[in-house]
Amino acid sequence: MDQLRRTFLKSAGIAGSVVVAIGAGLLKSGEALAAAWNTSAFTAKNISDAMSGAGFAGAAESKDIVIKAPEIAENGAVVPVEVTSNIPGTTSMAMFVEKNPTPMVGSFDFLAGAEPYVSTRIKMGQTSLVRVAVKAGGKTYMASKEVKVTIGGCGG
Amino acid sequence: MAGEMKMRATLQGDVAEVKVLMSHPMEPGTRKDAKTDKLVPAHFINHVVATLNGKSVLEAQWGGAISKNPFLGFKVKGVKAGDKIDVKAEDNQGNKFDGNVAVA
Repeated sequence: MDQLRRTFLKSAGIAGSVVVAIGAGLLKSGEALAAAWNTSAFTAKNISDAMSGAGFAGAAESKDIVIKAPEIAENGAVVPVEVTSNIPGTTSMAMFVEKNPTPMVGSFDFLAGAEPYVSTRIKMGQTSLVRVAVKAGGKTYMASKEVKVTIGGCGG
Repeated sequence: MAGEMKMRATLQGDVAEVKVLMSHPMEPGTRKDAKTDKLVPAHFINHVVATLNGKSVLEAQWGGAISKNPFLGFKVKGVKAGDKIDVKAEDNQGNKFDGNVAVA
């Protein structure tokens, strides 16, 4: 009887500390799919802070990053952007809109089997450079393309 | 309803081109409601992971500047017909969505 009580108390104690750990933010409930969301890069208010937050400070210009986007986008809320990196060993890519209030749009990590290609649709508040940065072989590269926006897509 | 996913994967040689359309408001949290003049709370997909036969091939982090009802296209090589591609997404409010497709 006493033995049972001991065991119970012990497990209750362990359960209790797990609850405390969750409360303290040590263990997030429903822990995410992958690495933690890059808050510093996504909330940065200018392109250089966003790029350094995402690990692309000092990226070299490269013509081997091909950005396909319209010259003129009538609706800034939906701008199709398609990017291919022809730089060998490309492992990740990030998109930025220079003049958006928070320039970082998203980042993409290519794991075994994925081609360094992404196609998506992004929001642009006004005419701006769309910048794509990639990591390849431990180095960083970038390319830009201007998209003219007739109606901005950040307001509503 | 937020979270529905439509997927298509077509094979060219051994490369599958995968297209995913998700249904989500993608509210950046900076937009004002025209009627109430209050900020609409942020509600956007921030994590996306794609797997080929259970093995991760693409991991993405998104912000509120991905358009409403997001579109994602990517390419995977070393694929044959019948292989399974899964996409899992999660938004900033902790909602989880997934979809899958067999390569055709």
